[in-house]
Amino acid sequence: MSEKTEYWRANIRLVIGCLVVWFIVSYVCGIFLAPALNHIRILGGYPLGFWFAQQGSIYAFVVLIFFYAWRMNQLDRKFGVQED
Amino acid sequence: MSLQLMTYLVVGATFALYIFIAIKARAATTGEFYVAGKGVHPVLNGMATGADWMSAASFISMAGLIAFKGYDASVFLMGWTGGYCLLAMLLAPYLRKYGKFTVPEFIGDRYYSNIARVVAVICLITASLTYVIGQMKGIGVAFSRFLELPFEMGLLVGMIIVFIYAVLGGMKGVTYTQIAQYCVLIFAYTVPAIFISLHLTGTVLPQLGLGAHMVGSDMFLLDKLDKTLVDLGFGAYTIQKGSTLNIFLYTLSLMIGTAGLPHVITRFFTVPKVKDARSSVGWSLVFIAILYTTAPAVGAMARLNLMETIHPTTGPNAGQWLEYDKRPSWFKNWEKTGLLKFEDKNGDGRIQYVGKANKEFKNEMVKVDRDIMVLANPEIANLPNWVIALVAAGGIAAALSTAAGLLLAIASSISHDLLKGIIAPNMSDKGELLASRIAMTGSILVAGYFGLHPPGFAAQVVALAFGLAASSIFPALMMGIFVKRVNNIGAVLGMLSGLGITLVYIFWFKGWFFIPGTNMAPNNPAHWFLGIAPEAFGAVGALVNFAVAYIVSGITPAPPEHIQHLVEDIRVPGVVRR
Repeated sequence: MSEKTEYWRANIRLVIGCLVVWFIVSYVCGIFLAPALNHIRILGGYPLGFWFAQQGSIYAFVVLIFFYAWRMNQLDRKFGVQED
Repeated sequence: MSLQLMTYLVVGATFALYIFIAIKARAATTGEFYVAGKGVHPVLNGMATGADWMSAASFISMAGLIAFKGYDASVFLMGWTGGYCLLAMLLAPYLRKYGKFTVPEFIGDRYYSNIARVVAVICLITASLTYVIGQMKGIGVAFSRFLELPFEMGLLVGMIIVFIYAVLGGMKGVTYTQIAQYCVLIFAYTVPAIFISLHLTGTVLPQLGLGAHMVGSDMFLLDKLDKTLVDLGFGAYTIQKGSTLNIFLYTLSLMIGTAGLPHVITRFFTVPKVKDARSSVGWSLVFIAILYTTAPAVGAMARLNLMETIHPTTGPNAGQWLEYDKRPSWFKNWEKTGLLKFEDKNGDGRIQYVGKANKEFKNEMVKVDRDIMVLANPEIANLPNWVIALVAAGGIAAALSTAAGLLLAIASSISHDLLKGIIAPNMSDKGELLASRIAMTGSILVAGYFGLHPPGFAAQVVALAFGLAASSIFPALMMGIFVKRVNNIGAVLGMLSGLGITLVYIFWFKGWFFIPGTNMAPNNPAHWFLGIAPEAFGAVGALVNFAVAYIVSGITPAPPEHIQHLVEDIRVPGVVRR
């Protein structure tokens, strides 16, 4: 397997991992499990499912993108494919 | 100082700033006109994207939408932010590596097909035009409400301002004015929100205020709101009311559509490097999230303020409906605009504002337009005049910045994709620059015309623009990068079938080409296929696009060698050691 294929596979793995989290924080916690999670309160009076749908998922998206960017920069250097 | 004069001063000052930037940032080459010479710092590009993205609808309408829909409005909050994850991981860095000027250009090159390019151009222009008409209308409304100018006059002023900086500066001028506009709009949005949060909960950050106790009570704000609404016969605020499948697909369609909107994607062509494109999407979402996490607090608090004004639960008038003759001045102001309407159905001279489940009264607030929630919020909460003036400037900034970004996307696809790309490939750089300026001028005139005479499709931004972007542009771009095997025939048929099924579904319930009365079935959950709203169908269209493109490509010849190399090349940021 060439270096380039390996780089691409590592990228795909990272993307899939990030998108799983992306799916969980929005669709699972914010929609599917929201009614159940609403019994839990956080940050004062926020029902947890409602918080994920209107606040938490958005914070998680921001963190995910920066995490992805940071890991990709590491991968770029590891495989020597970064821009000069 | 009078509110009127104050508003003129604040709005005038912001306009002076935009024009000053326009003169400083003129474009000298097509590279500067289309992609700002690829020299925009990723953080600044993030701010510009924030302004580009957050439209009059985000600024003015979204909090109102949340105020009246409660939890169910989460589809917009998650949908319009979650798309940035898709953009960061699936599109932006690779398209930046490709390094050309427009979205249809990539589609045309990758699928070695002018048909694919033209389909992309048509989708881009339809989506962007639908979107831009709403902005033009927003500019007109903001002017007429706050500066008491006629609607047409407001629209004309807006067109002139956009003309100055977009025609002179292209992407370069648009970028730097958008940065200024972001600062204006975010300041204008958060200041009233902080005031209101402090007033109701004593908490500075609205994001925390929404979860906090009411001042002088041990009741949480959200519990209070739920109780107030349920007592009056409305649905509870924090509880889901629509069907889960529809909420899921609606959110997904908005996310995919967001990632596929060309005017947003193009913003990431302007940063110097691939790694800047990755981080710049993150910065964009940071700047967008500041508004998007504030909006739920604004919505909930404004709703509570409105309910408490009409039916106080504390104080000397607790439990009594507001007398119509004693209504506050903001109430009168908004009645004049027709956005607020009262009808004394039981003739008792008091305002009963109740939900469907209330058996005792009929609802007498026959119209409460959702846009009031942001625009009247400062007045409802008795905030000082300068805050109200600021909201006017913020709304105009949000509309102008989005309009400019969209107009630029339209103009670039006309001059670069249609003219230079297909009709006259031998055009010089200078000739193309002139053509792009003429295309920009034409686009502004067309958008202005439609702003004055909005066609039926103008109100269908969410269905049409996001539907098109989700069902045609996003899948074509993503497969172009991730699936080497997809060829010209597969991509074109995929785009057309995704687009086709989405449009037919939308037209089925909303009328063919949105002509009233031509719909085939009533537009309500009982008639929708599996309860899926037309606005939520883009995700299904995208799925059809993926499937058709994949299957058709599998049974037709693989793309030529140089295209496969192109795909391999955009997958890595730098030069590959072979």
